[in-house]
Formats: sequence, C-alpha cells, structure tokens
Amino acid sequence: MAVLELSEVSKNFGAIQALNNVTLSLEAGQVIGLMGDNGAGKSTLVKIIAGNFPASHGAMRIDGREVTFHRPIEARQAGIEIVYQDLALCGNLTAAANVFLSREIYRGIAPLHVLDYSAMYKRAAELFKELKSETRARDLVKQMSGGQCQAVAIARTMLSEPKIVLMDEPTAAISVRQVAEVLNLIKHLRDRGIAVILISHRMPDVFAVADRIAVLRRGTKVADKQIASSSPEEVTGLITGAIERA
Amino acid sequence: MAITLDDTISRQQHTILTRLLSRQTTWVFVAVLVFCIYMAVVSPPFLTGSNLFNITRNFTFTAIIALGMTIVIITGGIDLSVGSVLCLCSMVVAVVMHAGFSIYVGIGASLATALLVGTFNGVLIAYVGMPPFVVTLGMLSIARSLAMVTSGNTTVFQFGPDHQKLLTVGGGLLRLGPLSVAYPVIYTILLALLVGYILLWTKFGRYVFAIGGNEQAAVLTGVPVRLVKLAVYVISSLSAGICGIIMTGWLGAVTTNLGTGMELQVIAAAVIGGANLAGGAGTAIGALIGAALIEIIRNSLGLLGVSAFWQGVFIGAAILLAVLFERIRAATQRYSS
Repeated sequence: MAVLELSEVSKNFGAIQALNNVTLSLEAGQVIGLMGDNGAGKSTLVKIIAGNFPASHGAMRIDGREVTFHRPIEARQAGIEIVYQDLALCGNLTAAANVFLSREIYRGIAPLHVLDYSAMYKRAAELFKELKSETRARDLVKQMSGGQCQAVAIARTMLSEPKIVLMDEPTAAISVRQVAEVLNLIKHLRDRGIAVILISHRMPDVFAVADRIAVLRRGTKVADKQIASSSPEEVTGLITGAIERA
Repeated sequence: MAITLDDTISRQQHTILTRLLSRQTTWVFVAVLVFCIYMAVVSPPFLTGSNLFNITRNFTFTAIIALGMTIVIITGGIDLSVGSVLCLCSMVVAVVMHAGFSIYVGIGASLATALLVGTFNGVLIAYVGMPPFVVTLGMLSIARSLAMVTSGNTTVFQFGPDHQKLLTVGGGLLRLGPLSVAYPVIYTILLALLVGYILLWTKFGRYVFAIGGNEQAAVLTGVPVRLVKLAVYVISSLSAGICGIIMTGWLGAVTTNLGTGMELQVIAAAVIGGANLAGGAGTAIGALIGAALIEIIRNSLGLLGVSAFWQGVFIGAAILLAVLFERIRAATQRYSS
C-alpha cells in the first residue's frame, strides 16, 4: 500500500491556479525527485503535504486513511517531517537542542520537571552515529559545516520515526563534498523504509538518489516515471516545455 | 573509518574551564575582581563593611530589572519602558497604601499594574507585530504620565497603616553574625536563581533562546513563539514592578522622576553581562555581574573623588569593551574552527 496518495489535488490562491489536479503516490522506502521551474507548484504541493495550508480540491491519504491538515503539527503527528531549505536551525543552540526543539526530554515530576540534557545528548549522538555523521551533539550549530547542519535537520526528522520526509532543496547551498554527505543521508532514510520527497534544482543529485521523478509545470504534473527510464535531457525538456509530457 | 558511540560522546566533552573561559561573563567577572583589588589598594575605605553593604544593596535595583531585561534581550527584543514602569508601580503601591489599604493590597495592585503593562506591551509586539523598540518607547512615555496622573505629580511619603512594613520590605536587614545583608540582596539572589533555573532547565528557557537564535525556525519547529514573546515582556514588566516596590520601601518616598533613564543602565548591565542585543545569548549571572560592575564603577568614582559626571564615560567604555571582547572572541573562534 502507498504510504502517501494524492488524488487530483488542486490549489487556488484567488484567481491563481497554483496546482491543477495533481495525482501522486509514494511507497515506503521510495525517494521521489520533485522537479520543476520556479512557480511550477513544487513548494505549494509540499506545503499542502506538510500542513501549511489545505488543498482547495482533491484528497490526500496517509496509509490509506484520508487526511486534511490545517497546521504543520497535524502533519507531524501523522508521520510527516520536513527539512526546510534554510534548515530551520537555531545557530545559538547545540545540535542536540535543535534536534529536540519543541520535543524536549524531561526528568523529574511535572510541573517541576527539568530538561534532561544527558538523555538528549545521548539520543542525538545515537542519531548522528546512525546517520554516519561526525556531527557532535554538544557543538553549536553556528560552528558547523553545511553538511553537519543538514545532518542536524535530518536527525530531527528521525526523532519521531516518520513515514515521510519532505526535503526542500537540501543541496542548494553547500560544497561538493557536503552534497555527497547529504545524498548519503537521504539514502540512509530510504534504507530505513522512510519515503522521501526531494525537491531540487540540481539534476545530478536527483538522479543520484531518487527512484522516481515527477515533473511539475505551471501547476500540472507532466511526468511521473522511474528514474531508470528517464534522463537529464528528458527532464530538462519536461521542465522547460520542450517536451509536452512523458 | 567506523565511529563508535563512545568516540562520538567523548569528543563532545568540553572541559568546564574551556567553557568558562569562552564566556564574556567570566571575563567581566574577572574585570570586576581586578577592579575591586585595585580599589582595595588605592582606596582602603572601599573594603569597609559599610561600603560593601552599600554596593551590594545599591546594585540590586539595576540587577533585578536586568534579570527581566536579559530574558527580553535573549529573544532579540528590548524593553525601554522599565524605568517608567518602575515609577508607575512604585507610585501605585505608595498611593494605594497611602489611601489606607494594607501592604498586601498595595503590592497586589502594583504587581497587577506591572502585569497589565507587560501584557499590553507583549500583545502589541507578539500578536500585532509592532517593533519592541516602538512599543516600549511608547510605554515609556505612557507609564511615566500615568504615574503623574496617579499621584497628581506629588511626592508620596506616607504609606498608611502598613508604612513601617513597606520600609522593612525595602530597607530591612538580615543579620548573620557580624554580617548584615540588605533584604533587596536576598530578593535579588532568589530572583537570579529563579531566572537562572528558567533559562537553563525549562522548556520556556529553551524557547527563549530559540526565538533569539532564529525566530522563523522556532515557528517552523512548533515553538509557541507569540506566547513566549508575550510572556517575556510580562516578566520584564514584573521585574520592574518588583523593583519599584522594593525601591519605594528603601527610599521611603516616591517622586514621579523615579527610575528616569534607568532603562539605559539596565540594558547596559545586561549587555556587559553577556546578553547579545541581536538575540540568542545571555545569562542570569551575567545580568548580576553587569549590574555589579556598573555599581562598583559608580561607587569607586565617588571614593576616588572623581566627578560623578565621568560615570557615563566609564559605563559606556565598559559596554564597548565587553561587546568588543565578544566580537574578538567570536572571530577567533570562527578562525580556529
């Protein structure tokens, strides 16, 4: 069964049709590359899935159950996590504090319970080890490399054993070496059986990790196929409109 | 190469000394100590019991408000209204008690006023989205004006049937053998412990730092940003209100110019103590140390016979040095990493 199913999802912002009858399904442990030019509707689609706003029309199902999210917290509770383009990290906090932000671990009895630093450091270190990242739980995020910051953002998504992780341009502003680290992190999520939607403008990255590719153009899905049966040239044609559909 | 969990954790261990030395608060504290030693050598009256008593008592008024201000500054905000709120709350407790009500009613009314002012500031900043500078600048004027309205712009020095109780609250002494500790010092220590606990050990404290570090990230990760911002302005006003009550008891009289310009001294104390005006950094102990440094400078200038007009120069220099030190430290850290 598909972990995520979108059926004829549309979204209007007043007179503007941002998404038009998009149908998409995603299975556990599958990475789908979502591509398209600026304004194609990628971010709108991801924001609907992430609960930033509901669709105007259409249905969304998680594990076969129809859902409508009005707030990001509802999507998170349904097992959807998102890695934002700017990573949404607080540079003045440690890696562990960022991983556990708004999901802190406590010790003692409420309401006098206190933050359990050692438990959070230990669990964060376990997550980084699992990701094969050398990120250190006690280091401040502002002192980290781009790849390490990505590891913190991804470790945060793993905290809740998510079903789906949405990644918005995770390799947009990092060095070549760090891109390799991030792609490994994505593969690691896939190996854990987590479905990943990867938004990226970087064709080589998508072809390196994705199982499938979906292309949006002016709010309409114009391609959804296995990565093995496509090519960067075809995808470029689909994005620009040189190829109508595939 | 395989990395074991123990390896990862062991590499995360920073020594306490390293962490202490990397903090602006530590170096300001060292500066305070060096300054105290210097003063003890050049001016022996500095170390007398009565002078130390005066220093410890006088610094508390700045320190209490600096504790609240530090929380606001950590979120990236500012509260310019604290001096006027101090005056308003001071006037409310004085006028209510002067009207014959008990000290409990007076203190309750004063704290309720602080709560109301803090909520007003917080709602405009957190929910309406107005800049903290503008909102609290407006409140600076409003609260001072309300204090004048409340008292008819007169000095209040009779506090009704509980007059003596109020004087004890602000001017009382705790005798510990040969040592006398002013009550405000005890309040300050208790409030500093409370603020330190909140900042270090509670979810609220974590959220305060998160908002100051990256407000948008805090929103996206589910931090109730608006509620936390509202709460920090309420805390700031409450700290000014508490200080107003204590100051009224200590002075034994309230005038409508009480606390004029105090907001700048409080902000200076917080910044010298390590609070970053850009948000994301600050400590309770730093607020105390910053306030202590300001009071020691003020006291020392008097003992050395230097004109009080020079006070601003020294406090300003302390702010600049503290921030400059922090810049150099951050740059060194970036370079080494």
